[in-house]
Amino acid sequence: MSKSFFIDTTLCTACRGCQVACKQWHDLPAEETTNRGTYQNPADLSFDTYKLVRMSETVIGGQLRWLFFPEQCRHCIEAPCLETAGDPTAIYYDEPTGAVLYTSETRNLNAGEIKSSCPYNIPRNGPEGVLAKCDMCYDRVQAGMEPACVKTCPTGTMNFGNRQEMLDLAHKRLAVLKRTHPEAMLLDPDDIRVIFMVAYDHRLYHDFAVASNTNHGISRQVALKRMLRPLRHLASHLL
Amino acid sequence: MTNHWIDIKNSDCIIIMGSNAAENHPISFKYVAEAQQNGAKLISVDPRFTRTSAKADIYAPMRSGTDIAILGGMIKYIIDNNLYNKEYVAAYTNAPFIVGTDYKFDDGLFAGYNKQTRSYDKKKWAFEMDANGVPKMDRSLQHPRCVFQILKKHFSRYDTALVSKISGTPEADLIKIYETYSATGARGKAGTIMYAMGWTQHTVGTQNIRTMAIIQLLLGNMGVAGGGVNALRGESNVQGSTDHCLLWHIWPGYLATPSASNVSLAAYNKARTPVSKDPLSANWWQNYPKYSISLLKSFFGENATPRNDFGYDWLPKVDDGKHYSWLDLFDEMYKGSFQGFFAWGQNPACSGAHAGKNREAMKSLDWMVNVNIFDNETGSFWRGPGMDPARIKTEVFFLPAAVSVEKEGSITNSGRWSQWRYQGPKPLGNSRPDGQIIMELGNKIKAQYKDGGVFPEPIRNLKWDYLTKGEYDPHKVAKEINGYFLEDVTVRGTVYKKGTLVPSFAFLQADGSTSSGNWLYCNSYTEKGNMAARRGTKDASNNIGLYPEFSWCWPVNRRIIYNRASVDLKGQPWDKAQWVIKWDGSKWAGGDVPDGGWPPLGSYENPNPKSRHAFIMRKHGHGQIFGPGRADGPLPEHYEPMECPVEKNLMSGTYTNPTAAIYGTKADVYKTCDPRYPFVGTTYRLVEHWQTGVMTRHQPWLLEMQPQVFVEMSEELAELKGIKNGERVLATSARGKLECTAIVTKRLKPLKVSGQLGSVVHQVGFPWCYGWQKPESGKEESANLLTPSTGDPNTRIPETKAFMVNIQKI
Repeated sequence: MSKSFFIDTTLCTACRGCQVACKQWHDLPAEETTNRGTYQNPADLSFDTYKLVRMSETVIGGQLRWLFFPEQCRHCIEAPCLETAGDPTAIYYDEPTGAVLYTSETRNLNAGEIKSSCPYNIPRNGPEGVLAKCDMCYDRVQAGMEPACVKTCPTGTMNFGNRQEMLDLAHKRLAVLKRTHPEAMLLDPDDIRVIFMVAYDHRLYHDFAVASNTNHGISRQVALKRMLRPLRHLASHLL
Repeated sequence: MTNHWIDIKNSDCIIIMGSNAAENHPISFKYVAEAQQNGAKLISVDPRFTRTSAKADIYAPMRSGTDIAILGGMIKYIIDNNLYNKEYVAAYTNAPFIVGTDYKFDDGLFAGYNKQTRSYDKKKWAFEMDANGVPKMDRSLQHPRCVFQILKKHFSRYDTALVSKISGTPEADLIKIYETYSATGARGKAGTIMYAMGWTQHTVGTQNIRTMAIIQLLLGNMGVAGGGVNALRGESNVQGSTDHCLLWHIWPGYLATPSASNVSLAAYNKARTPVSKDPLSANWWQNYPKYSISLLKSFFGENATPRNDFGYDWLPKVDDGKHYSWLDLFDEMYKGSFQGFFAWGQNPACSGAHAGKNREAMKSLDWMVNVNIFDNETGSFWRGPGMDPARIKTEVFFLPAAVSVEKEGSITNSGRWSQWRYQGPKPLGNSRPDGQIIMELGNKIKAQYKDGGVFPEPIRNLKWDYLTKGEYDPHKVAKEINGYFLEDVTVRGTVYKKGTLVPSFAFLQADGSTSSGNWLYCNSYTEKGNMAARRGTKDASNNIGLYPEFSWCWPVNRRIIYNRASVDLKGQPWDKAQWVIKWDGSKWAGGDVPDGGWPPLGSYENPNPKSRHAFIMRKHGHGQIFGPGRADGPLPEHYEPMECPVEKNLMSGTYTNPTAAIYGTKADVYKTCDPRYPFVGTTYRLVEHWQTGVMTRHQPWLLEMQPQVFVEMSEELAELKGIKNGERVLATSARGKLECTAIVTKRLKPLKVSGQLGSVVHQVGFPWCYGWQKPESGKEESANLLTPSTGDPNTRIPETKAFMVNIQKI
């Protein structure tokens, strides 16, 4: 059965254990950072940072709120990046988990095109054009373990399991939260495998908290590629 | 903690004050979140809106150092609105005790103050005794000199309008907090406090906690599930190290360090053993000589005999009235009193208040031994900023220590759980476990004294046999801590054989026939095995998360102390659902290990003579609302911090704590209401770094998240000083300066306070987890360069949470 995350931002304390656990499991180097007048660091996702706790201070109804958004790839059920690439040696679905996985073959893709296809602004490229992002710790998951970020989370913010269980948990928790926070919602739960729950307007957390129109999703170019793909497959067989 | 981490989930209302648990005790939020999901309210009171505040149902700002004013207001609110648990207060606390006629409180001073010595004659605060020597009581709480009436009068001054003027906390917020928290006074409800160094690091630190303890007693929150007074300890094993006498004034198990005036073991035991004439008081400390003599037997083994007072004369005594705390030690070092210094697992060049004074003090040493996992700013003080190595004589030795996961042994967490850990990887290179280093050091010193030396007896007679095949053996030490029968001993008809482990401290003897390195841990390693290594995950019958078979907890595996106050006089729990213990008519049935097996009192008019009062560690068996043992008064009182922004204390004519620890070297400068230092400063830790950062600043992933020391300030203050978010600024105090990055944030707000220099009080905050060695720029320094060497008169803990600074653009 395919997997999903449920991320309850109302429980997140921004301890950033998830951010470090991700770097540790993937053996990613630390970036050179400076304090830019905020706790959030690094400033953004990068080739070396797949998980980032975003922080924003905002006043809602006269009350100060410090909102935390532990962001990562959403592992779309129909992933525009995968569609755009059209190359299963570069971007493919891990069948057992549903994870959208990038390989080193992504260096042959048009990085700009892949990045702009993502409605959540996730993929980042390295110096040689290889693209990188969260891989759902699919190696851990295949070995029966939770992703590193979920394993380390002390508060119950990060949850992972079979998709239906996560959806059930998300809807159950949403029903409770709605009683005190009528604006509460799940973000794009039907389209993605990383389901965030927020208590306030999602725009207060992050520009790309929900699928964004500024990034295109599937462009005309992608649609064209998709139409042509059967022909290309046919052509490669014939050759 | 009187309770323990998991128990937080049982609470109906959690107040986090003097602590930033979400950042400094991140795992605690597993249980805080669970409580909130069960409907509990979370209150955060802090000068700064923190990651804890971000999760709170109620957040209120405050001026640092005004906790007693805020909590005193809550005491008044509870009494005025009759929200206290009357049965609990009358039965279990000393609220009914009659205080003697000598007691007075006038304009901020208690009776017995001596201006010259800056101390009190505590005899003036004594209780009135009846003909039998038992405290006189009025269980109706009406007698004008009973503790309850004195308390009521004392805090009648703390009305919310005045508290708000002092603290800067808006009145509406105060009332909301008082109302929400006081609701836990209802039967079956429980409120808990999570506090840490935000309360202790003040010149009124002990009384901050006393004020909350009084609230907990009034509301009947001591001894119950989801209640208690819970100190979140600052390091994973600081509870264990305190239990085992990390501090100068205590021996293991909170026995007192002997004073020079305790001229013999008999004199020492007599001075330290409380006597109660009340047949209903267990007065557990009456067993003191059993514990002190068993400890001496543990220190000196067969060399300790009744003829030589069990080696009592071989142990150092402290001069009466003299202090030997951290602040005092560095004060003496600064004055040149010491030749040598062991800095073991610590970094005083960054961690100690007034770090500049500490660094200067180290120059007076002939030698220093730095035992740590990395070199740090202490071991390398001689090549630090502003130091001229050519002019520093100190010879520094560095002994590399193994890290925690490389060695076997126990740690004791805040909830008093002693948890055994196995060894993971072997120590790297020539690094060794601390135990190994200490054993080798002891053997070398013993060899030096083999043929004489000055006062060789303590060294020669010390029992020092904790090696197995030349290696430090943590099991031998753990067994020694538990204690042995040293000869065949008959207790209640059963013979316990010589050489076997003592089952619990109830079996310890005062005649030298038993040993115990720490009576509180007697029961932790018995003939049944190493209790701390247990990993059973079955809960107790009451199902409140006690997990009695997981690790081991002092005392005698009791998970919630004072738990006999969790029931009414008939032994029935206040909270029927989340009960801790309950009396079935003939015995305590199920749940936690009761705080003594005596039956319930029944009624205080006609008490069961077999019963004992619930607070067994107190001489008179009652929770102390009136605490006549403290240095600065039997009741808490608001005083201003030693450095503050207000010209007078609105609560009384006594400005600062009249007994606070102050120091007189030329480095000890205090500037209050000085226009050169107009802003309140405070310090704190970050979840991303550990203490001074010695363990974390070398870890790139953690430095990536928090790379630089910073100062947090309000948007209003930044505008006033023309400071932009993210730019480097200079912070100064009367003692030092610190370059840091400005974080301009909504999370700090100017406060409206009466009687201050300007129209508002601005507060700024600094993390203290940096030092010049790492990161390599050398520019990220310790915030303790700013903090003062003044402290609490009881604990001598420094006041690093409230001091005065200036901030300017560079």
